[in-house]
Amino acid sequence: MTLSTSAAAAAIRSTAQVARRQRISGLSAWVFGGATSLGVIVLIFLAIDTVLSGGSRLSWDFLTSYPSRFAERAGLRSSILGTAWVLGLTVVMVIPVAIATAVWIEEFAPRGRLLNVVKLNLANLAGVPSIIYGVLGLVIFVRLLGLGPSILAGALTLFLMILPMTVVAAQESISQVPSSLRDGSLALGATRWQTVWHHVLPGAAPGIATGVILAISRAAGETAALIMIGAFAFIAFDNTSPLDDFTTVPIQIYNWTIRPQEAFRQNAAASIIVLMVAVMTFNLTAAVIRERFRGD
Amino acid sequence: MAEEPSREQGAVVTEAAPTGQPRPPQSAAAAPTRDLRPQLAMNDDGDDEIADVAVKIENVGLWYGAKKAIDGVSLDIPRNQITALIGPSGCGKSTLLRCINRMNELIPNVRIEGQVSLDGQPLYGPDVDPVQVRRIIGMVFQKPNPFPKSIYENVAFGARINGHRGDMDELVRKSLEQAALWDEVKDKLNQSGLALSGGQQQRLCIARALAVQPEVVLMDEPCSALDPIATQRIEDLMQELAADYTIVIVTHNMQQAARVSNRTAYMLAQQDLVGHLVEYGRTEQIFTSPQDPRTEDYITGRFG
Repeated sequence: MTLSTSAAAAAIRSTAQVARRQRISGLSAWVFGGATSLGVIVLIFLAIDTVLSGGSRLSWDFLTSYPSRFAERAGLRSSILGTAWVLGLTVVMVIPVAIATAVWIEEFAPRGRLLNVVKLNLANLAGVPSIIYGVLGLVIFVRLLGLGPSILAGALTLFLMILPMTVVAAQESISQVPSSLRDGSLALGATRWQTVWHHVLPGAAPGIATGVILAISRAAGETAALIMIGAFAFIAFDNTSPLDDFTTVPIQIYNWTIRPQEAFRQNAAASIIVLMVAVMTFNLTAAVIRERFRGD
Repeated sequence: MAEEPSREQGAVVTEAAPTGQPRPPQSAAAAPTRDLRPQLAMNDDGDDEIADVAVKIENVGLWYGAKKAIDGVSLDIPRNQITALIGPSGCGKSTLLRCINRMNELIPNVRIEGQVSLDGQPLYGPDVDPVQVRRIIGMVFQKPNPFPKSIYENVAFGARINGHRGDMDELVRKSLEQAALWDEVKDKLNQSGLALSGGQQQRLCIARALAVQPEVVLMDEPCSALDPIATQRIEDLMQELAADYTIVIVTHNMQQAARVSNRTAYMLAQQDLVGHLVEYGRTEQIFTSPQDPRTEDYITGRFG
């Protein structure tokens, strides 16, 4: 059924119903924009507030002094070192285990109920509150294995905590490698392992790297779990061994925030700036890696 | 060798048939204008017996879980010739092809019965490694799938993982020459394989399959994603390769099967959606005087 010329022209010209629909559509754009702005505005507000409180306190001295009873002399030296040590050890442990688990799930595991149970459990573990991991770490690593409140115990606890989310990210990345690539490799007489090593992992590498970086930045900000294992301590020396006691930047922030003196809260604000810069750098790196490999 | 048909493509056959023989069907593919079939005189003594069987398919059936996909297919593939599998979509021709190099086993819940043998050696069995089978029986896929690596690495990969000891540069050059791609890429071997055009990518995939020195090359609709010029080049290439390799192609393009193959097998999935072999014979015979009415229906375009 075709409209006659004048009816078609009239249909195009008439605006009543279309205008109303367009108004609703335009309004919805504002609603979505508003929701986005809410998050952005809150973030900007927090950032400005923090910078105003603590910006003046930032200095090289601040970064290289040990904590102290005197707010003016206290600094982040031991917490930065502690964070670096713990995150370093955690990364070294997470990368091989997470990749191996994801490869097993996606490439080698026989399909079936067992696999579904494993995948479901992994997703659940990613949602467990971090303080539970802290309790687990306390019982197993600190007490049972006798490691005490050491960097190693902290790293093992964080490793368990970020493993599920890293595995899920690696899994996603591996499953996005097209199966035509695997077929091409297998049809040449490659074994499954050769196919994974030469084709699947290189193809999934950018996604895996992004997942690892995001998991690290999650671990960098972790406080509750590490307090549980006993990292809430006054550390006035440089860490030199994985069995040392330690503290981290988020814990130091917590430590200073609960003091009554205003000057300590200034220190805390300055430390928050340091932590935010670190986390934003991690996230930016992940985004750059993602973008760089998307164009490829 | 059968006489070259001199009638135009698609014209009605008007020869009188006074003795009551059935009239040859009006087949759109009866008179190919380019006959690319490898020289039959060398390998074929002209009758229907296959003198030199390379791959023997015996009563092969395949199940995806509980659902049967192909049933009781038996076929002898002659050496150094081109055999085409034709049939409508879903008839199981690709499934059958993938049974030859054991690619179907990579799909979970697949069960295969029957046997496929190469030169008398059974390919299915507890003492046969599918990885070895896939080295000797290569495959080229419907959509060109070069690795996201350099052209050189694409060709070298297969040889490398199979433990090639000799001069890799020489092997890469030889494989690219055999695939009629060397002249176009010899100056840019380090460029990514993905930067080539579709037809070049498919020839790269052929080169990479040839680099592991197979005996049989399987091609699953190798030209269906390509334009007509690229298709023509690949068909010419198939003719050259048949001198050294046994080639089996799946194609949904009847004209291509008629142009290129020595033998053609027609498959069909019946009401129960199980694919089976309807007819198999020399290509001229299938396209000019098919024995089975279902074959005749398909090639004359009445169905499929």
